[in-house]
Amino acid sequence: MPSTPYLVAVLAVVFSLTLALRAVPFAVLGRLRGSAIVRRLSVWMPVGILAILAVTALHTTVTAEPGALGYALLAVAVTIGVHLLSGRRTILSVGLGTAVYVVLLNAL
Amino acid sequence: MTAPAVPATRRQRTAAGIRDSFSAGLGIFPLGIALGLLVLQAGLPWWFTPALSVSAFAGSLELLLVGMTAAVTPLAAVALTVLVVNFRHVFYAFSFPLHLVRHPVAKAYAVYAMIDEAYAVNASLPAAQRSAPRLLAMQIACEVYWVGGGLVGVALGAALPAPVKGLEFALCALFTVLTLDAFRSRREIPSVLLAGASVTVALVLTPGVALFTALLMFVGLLLARHARAARRPAEDARRPAKETADA
Repeated sequence: MPSTPYLVAVLAVVFSLTLALRAVPFAVLGRLRGSAIVRRLSVWMPVGILAILAVTALHTTVTAEPGALGYALLAVAVTIGVHLLSGRRTILSVGLGTAVYVVLLNAL
Repeated sequence: MTAPAVPATRRQRTAAGIRDSFSAGLGIFPLGIALGLLVLQAGLPWWFTPALSVSAFAGSLELLLVGMTAAVTPLAAVALTVLVVNFRHVFYAFSFPLHLVRHPVAKAYAVYAMIDEAYAVNASLPAAQRSAPRLLAMQIACEVYWVGGGLVGVALGAALPAPVKGLEFALCALFTVLTLDAFRSRREIPSVLLAGASVTVALVLTPGVALFTALLMFVGLLLARHARAARRPAEDARRPAKETADA
C-alpha cells in the first residue's frame, strides 16, 4: 500500500492543479470582460460544449461495454423521447433512459 | 428546471438550485459509489475516497487517479494527467456566470466546485432564471452527492459482490437532455454543427482524449467564426440585442 505521505502529496498536487485550471481563466477573463470576443463566445459555447459532453459520455459508455452500442443508442432515443413528450422533466427522462440501459445491459 | 416562473426570494432560489441538482445527482451519486468501491479494490485506505473527492471534485479524473495512486505513480505524471484530463475547465470560464456571485468566499467556492455537471445544468437555464443562491445551492448539493456516494461505496465495498453495471449511462443521458434544453432556437444551429464536426474528428483521431481534443477544436472553430463575424460588422449590428440577450 502507498505510504500516507505519498497519498497526502497526491492530494496536494491534485487540489492545487484542479483549482488552478478552474480559477486562472477567470482572472484572465476579468480584464477582457465586455470585449466582443468574450461576449460572442459566452453565447456560442454552452450548447456546443453540452453536445460534445453528451457525445463523449456516450463514447465512454460504449467503450466500457463494446457489445452494448445498440442498447446505448436505444436508451439515448428513450431519453430524448421521454424528455420531449414529458414536458422536459429532466429527472424523469434521465431516470427512465438510464433504467432502460441498465436493465438491457444486466438482464439480456 | 422547467419551472417557468422566475424564483424571487432567496429561499425559492435556493430551493430551485436544489431541484436543479437532482438530475445531476442521478449521475453523480452512483459514480461516487463506483469510486468508493474502486478505492477499496485498489488496496487504498477508505479515507482516500472522501479526501480525493474533496480535493479534486472531478469524477472522471478521480476514477483515473485511483489506479495511478495505487501503483505509486511519480507525482510529475500525476500532475500531467490532471492538467490534460481537466484542461477542459479552462473553456468553461467564458460562459459560467461567476459575476452573479458577489461574496468572495462564495465566489471561491463557485470556482472550486465548477464541475462538468454544474456547468451543464447552469448552461441549460435561461439567463433570467440564474442567481447566486440557485447556483451555489446546486453546486453544494452536487458535492454532497459526490462525497456521500463515495462514502456509501466504501461502506458497500465488502458487502456487494459486483457493482451494478451501466449506471454511468446517467451522465450521458443528463448531458443529452441538457443539450436539448440549451438548444432554444435556430440561432444555436451553427454552434451545434461546429461542435458535431469537432467531436467527430476528435473521436476518429484521438479516441483516448476525445473530450480534450474536441473542446480545443471547437474553441478554434468559434474563434474563426468570431473573426468572420468581426469582418462583417454590418450583419452583426443588425442583431446585437439577440446575440447578447443570453450573455
